[in-house]
Amino acid sequence: MNNDPGQPQVPRTLEEVFRPQNRRTFLKGAAATVAGMAGLVAALKPLLALERGEITLDDLLQRHYRQLTPGDLQRIMAALETKCQQERGVRPTIRDLKPMDGVEFGYALNLTRCIGCRRCAHACLKENNQSRERPDDIEMSYIRVLELNKGAINLETSNVYYDAAQVPQPDKYYMPVQCHQCRQSPCTKVCPVQATWQEQDGIVVVDYNWCIGCRYCMAACPYDARRFNYKKPALQKEQINPNQDYLSNRIRPKGVVEKCTFCLQRTRDGRYPACLEVCPTGARVFGNLLDPESEIHYVLKNKRVYVLKEEVGTLPRFYYFFDT
Amino acid sequence: MKAYLLFLWRIWKLSWAGSTRYYAWILLLTLLVLVGVNAWARQFVEGLQTTGMTNQVSWGAYIANFTFLVGVAAAAVMLVIPAYVYKKEYMHEVVIFGELMAIAVIVMCLLFVTVDLGRPDRFHHMIPPFGVFNFPGSILSWDVIVLNGYLLLNLHIAGYLLYCRYQGRKPTRRFYIPFVFLSIFWAVSIHTVTAFLYVGLAGRSFWHHPLVPSRFLASAFVAGPGLMILAFQVIRKVMRYHIGDAPIFTLRMIMTVAMLINMFLLLCELFTEFYYPTQHAASAHYLFFGVHGHHGLVPWIWSAISMNTLGLLLLVSPASRRILWLNVACVLCFIGIWIEKGMGLIIPGFVPTPLGQVVEYLPSVNETLVCLGIWSLGALMFSWMVHVAVPILNGSLRAQPPLSNASQPTATLP
Repeated sequence: MNNDPGQPQVPRTLEEVFRPQNRRTFLKGAAATVAGMAGLVAALKPLLALERGEITLDDLLQRHYRQLTPGDLQRIMAALETKCQQERGVRPTIRDLKPMDGVEFGYALNLTRCIGCRRCAHACLKENNQSRERPDDIEMSYIRVLELNKGAINLETSNVYYDAAQVPQPDKYYMPVQCHQCRQSPCTKVCPVQATWQEQDGIVVVDYNWCIGCRYCMAACPYDARRFNYKKPALQKEQINPNQDYLSNRIRPKGVVEKCTFCLQRTRDGRYPACLEVCPTGARVFGNLLDPESEIHYVLKNKRVYVLKEEVGTLPRFYYFFDT
Repeated sequence: MKAYLLFLWRIWKLSWAGSTRYYAWILLLTLLVLVGVNAWARQFVEGLQTTGMTNQVSWGAYIANFTFLVGVAAAAVMLVIPAYVYKKEYMHEVVIFGELMAIAVIVMCLLFVTVDLGRPDRFHHMIPPFGVFNFPGSILSWDVIVLNGYLLLNLHIAGYLLYCRYQGRKPTRRFYIPFVFLSIFWAVSIHTVTAFLYVGLAGRSFWHHPLVPSRFLASAFVAGPGLMILAFQVIRKVMRYHIGDAPIFTLRMIMTVAMLINMFLLLCELFTEFYYPTQHAASAHYLFFGVHGHHGLVPWIWSAISMNTLGLLLLVSPASRRILWLNVACVLCFIGIWIEKGMGLIIPGFVPTPLGQVVEYLPSVNETLVCLGIWSLGALMFSWMVHVAVPILNGSLRAQPPLSNASQPTATLP
């Protein structure tokens, strides 16, 4: 091979390949190395702006939520509380409420009643400590309220940027969409590090200290239910809800995904989700699917129920229904 | 062991021996890499807000480049198959460059995934035993395995052959032939698994499509060989290494066939989406024509289609038997496929969102600089590898230095 007749190869000696090292070449090499290192240091200069304690050794060594001992978790939650106090001037109470036995949560929303006032989307922000630039910035809210044209359920022609002061419009109806807590959840399936999973009560949670921020779950979600912290959450001191849970509404770090947890900091404590409490028309029904006496059970059994994107096969625990 | 360390030491010294042109090229690439590092450091501190990505379009230029480059890496197989399966002697003079290119490009792929992470400091969560690996559930974990496996395979094959050549002995077949054949299947697998990343998402109908893996492979076998044709010409021009026209024209044939298949599959896709348009065609509609007054991707996709069509016309016509026109075709196809797989495949998957929102995406300046840095690093790695590999291949760097008047090299590369 490689014997081009026009270009005979003459093997060179090693000395020809490496010209002997003399003072000049040595200096040249040294200068290049020094310049390279200096360039690298200069290039990495923005790292100096990293806040103190943003990444600690404890963070790097922390295990997955489900591998933590109760003691570890207590220590981690205490550290998070302290950090929040130092950074934001509020000391939250972070708990770790576990799923209750015999409970599987379900949510149903009455499309006949919903008027599209978006109070649920705002209540979600207040409850769950999402980032917001202005008080009316609801981009990070876990609920997107769609304004749909009457006559079809066509998401393609929906509008989320309608003016909530002008609702309800006569030719429109409204459909709030949030995490459907799917039984066959595409998001948990695709996560490469199992940072998101379904709990026993059906709620899909995220371990914010384990998520690597690849956003594959966001690509997988058919309901646009996940949000990503493109930056450190912007929250004023007075906007912070101090009643927090480790897997739910504690203030998220930068660079991780977050989502609706059916307000598990409330619902695992026997209360209703914030979006339900605020709804002025009583369009929302929440409860234990396994309890035959519950209102949600009644709705699913007796009303005309609609499952959004049923064809995708996600088997949601979130339902829409219509009054007759 | 000692001999191997000496080998590495000589490689290191060889890296610093070069012409002014070599120094200028390396210096330029190093500077661009540093610009990219700087942009990435800024992103690391400020978060991914420095990119153009949003909640709605949550993957952008990084994942687009990643997807494209996996294909370029897989295309090394288009040198391996003629060389080892069809035993074309003339392909053996270039096959190692394909493997070296695959190494550089896979490293670029891994970097593109890493810079896309919101928490690169938690990278180890993916690596057992420190992490929790969601295998076999997550296709991303499959991708991590196949990409790293492909990197190791190529490192082993290229490294082993070069070391044997340096020592002047014939490589032992059983130490590399099984790996060569494994790498053929592995190359197909890296691009298939990468396609499955998207195809597996039932909620995004633009991607949930059995044609995607085939199209990925077809377009990869255009872009990869296109880049190789250009690289081989540079190598034979600036280095003391002969590459004949035969491998280049073999690659031309491969490109032509692959591009024909790619364009045919595109036609099938267009027919399916537009003959009887359903709601599932919304993304395609946005991509090709725009929806609700948003046309961000329309110029991109039509430039891609024009470049690919022009490239294909050149490839099938006798004009591209002349190197100049062949090069034009390579450049057109390479850029065309790059757009088609990036702005033309990843971004429209997110537009409109599953709820019907249209949010457009354009990479930010900082994001572009990070991309530029990674591309430069890939070029830097490939240039460096070729720079040290060629003296080994042409016999000037040997374990036993021949005398100045010594005879021709004895051992040949298989």
